[in-house]
Amino acid sequence: MIRIFSILIGAFFSLALLLAFGTGAYSYITEPPAKTAEARFHLKPEHLDLPSNGWFGKYDKAQLQRGFKVYSEVCAACHSIKHVAFRDLKALGYNEAQVKTIAAKFTVTAKDPLTGEVKDRPGVPADRFPTVAYAGKGVPPDLSLITKARHGGGGYVHSLLTGYADPATYKNAAGEALPKENQPGDGLYFNPYFANLNLSMPAPITSEGQVTYDDGTKATVEQMSKDVSAFLVWTAEPELEKRHQTGAWWMGFLLFATVLAYMSYRNIWADKKGH
Amino acid sequence: MSFPWSKEYTPSHPLMVWLDEKLPLPRLVYGAVGGGYEVPRNLNYMWNFGFLAGLCLMIQIVTGVVLAMHYGGDTKVAFDSTEHIMRDVNWGWMLRYGHANGASAFFVVVYAHIFRGFYYGSYKAPREMIWLLGVVIFLLMMATAFMGYVLPWGQMSFWGAQVITGLFSAIPLVGDPLREWLLGGFSPDNATLNRFFSLHFLLPFVILGVVILHVWALHIPGSSNPTGVEVKSESDTVPFFPYFVGKDGWTIGLFMLIYSAFVFFMPNALGHPDNYIPANPMQTPAHIVPEWYFWPFYAILRAFTVDFLIVPAKLMGVLAMFAAILVWFFLPWLDRSPVRSANYRPLYRKFFWVLVLDVAVLAYCGGAPAEEPFVMISQIASLYYFLHFFVIVPVVSSIERPDPLPYSITEAVLGTDESAKLDGNG
Repeated sequence: MIRIFSILIGAFFSLALLLAFGTGAYSYITEPPAKTAEARFHLKPEHLDLPSNGWFGKYDKAQLQRGFKVYSEVCAACHSIKHVAFRDLKALGYNEAQVKTIAAKFTVTAKDPLTGEVKDRPGVPADRFPTVAYAGKGVPPDLSLITKARHGGGGYVHSLLTGYADPATYKNAAGEALPKENQPGDGLYFNPYFANLNLSMPAPITSEGQVTYDDGTKATVEQMSKDVSAFLVWTAEPELEKRHQTGAWWMGFLLFATVLAYMSYRNIWADKKGH
Repeated sequence: MSFPWSKEYTPSHPLMVWLDEKLPLPRLVYGAVGGGYEVPRNLNYMWNFGFLAGLCLMIQIVTGVVLAMHYGGDTKVAFDSTEHIMRDVNWGWMLRYGHANGASAFFVVVYAHIFRGFYYGSYKAPREMIWLLGVVIFLLMMATAFMGYVLPWGQMSFWGAQVITGLFSAIPLVGDPLREWLLGGFSPDNATLNRFFSLHFLLPFVILGVVILHVWALHIPGSSNPTGVEVKSESDTVPFFPYFVGKDGWTIGLFMLIYSAFVFFMPNALGHPDNYIPANPMQTPAHIVPEWYFWPFYAILRAFTVDFLIVPAKLMGVLAMFAAILVWFFLPWLDRSPVRSANYRPLYRKFFWVLVLDVAVLAYCGGAPAEEPFVMISQIASLYYFLHFFVIVPVVSSIERPDPLPYSITEAVLGTDESAKLDGNG
């Protein structure tokens, strides 16, 4: 009895699925879905070679400092990194005094511990980077987690920064020009690495020497884009080095323990034939 | 469980004698996972996943309880408190990555455990109750995992909650009020997050309770085994300790190696980037997808694109998604074949492997955007899924001619069984 019910229920769902499939297939053949402009023009971010990549990846502190400088002088005008505290900058190789100097350059709004009054004061290492008031078009996202919040991570940031193109002359891999309806509107800029192709942010890194590096590295557009991408990988994953180190030790221990456990397993079962 | 040859617990130390009279805990341990529990000697590695599932539950409870000490279940602070855990709490990143990847590991292990059951007919008499409790555990796990994913209050958290609670609005008449009652509002908000946090903390302990029943029910008939032939004599079994403690022990190491590789070296490989964007009710993500372990069922939900008879498409999808799991409750009575193991069921075995492939295809389609050709593929794959459980399993079990079974487990392992010869009809 239960099996008759079962077969009836199975037939019910199967017929519904056949009908759905038939309808779908019919419209698929009669009106094949046209590829959207996004599907034709959107590019996957390119892979970015960073020292933090891979299972044993580590940060290059000099690169992070350079990236921090690019962030401070270019990105910070619109984008905050509110999850990062000034004290975290020690991981970039700055000492206590340098961190204090950096923090003091920022104004944070906080309670005065003596009066309880909320007012502006210079930052201290315990503060987090303040939010940025932005009055223009669009909503600049906080960048603390941006490399974890996009497919491609640091590669996405790098591709976006270096991927701006002239919409009038741009051709995709198939040689197609950007359709009129996808041309950037007023105050928008074309970038094939951006999900819907046009964004409110104009190309932020445009000319060589836009930032003067303290370590004498030549500040090409490519170099600055790469460094700031590396910095934003760090803001998203400040624990990465500790994670990789701990992981290596832990995996080593586990491997040792597993081999021991396997040998004792073989030993225990040695008297059982057929195993 | 006790076979005639199972050893009775006999305390020798006066303290243990005293304890055995007052609270026979050592007796319980000895009989449940010790030298007094006889287990078929031929269990293969597919029988390790139950123990591993228990380990996963423990990992989730321990990491989860500590995470809850630092998490704030309020929409204003949930996302930031998660980042506080990642950045400021000592080893917080390890707890959180361990918990998030622990959920995935739990589902990997449980899916292996369930498919072991499908292949070896573990659900058949006398083990129906173990199976039924197992399906209850799986349903509780799905509810717990879903609510846990909402807690970081990222974009996928919010929109996942929106979509899944939206399913209830497909129910005729009471759908909309029911959804509002579940959410505590008209869309996911603080009330939703708060109750999900509360339930996400509660349900693992409910799971633990059902797991205890599951293991208790297991100890009545004892484990099934790859031949599906019941235990006949002492030579068919070995005591759980040390034999299976040793075997489970080393596979724990193997499991931990793979799990740790994810936690320490690719912690976000199984997650979705959008959940690192704070929840924004005003902006719908391009593709709303659940975590990978829900993909097969998500594909079934989305496969029903047209109204059928008087049932709207959305309701069909919801019914189908629930039916896809609820049918497992009836499996012991749908599959009437007296032979348990697919090793001796040539026809069923073929359909089993088609099912494995089918669920993999469903999973792929469930993770893909709701576009053609994925929708059509998931319609065909869903069709097979329903045919498999509702039609093929009952029909095959009636018409199939199984291969000859070994006389006993001993014969299957050693090639010969002395007691079979004495029997005269082996």
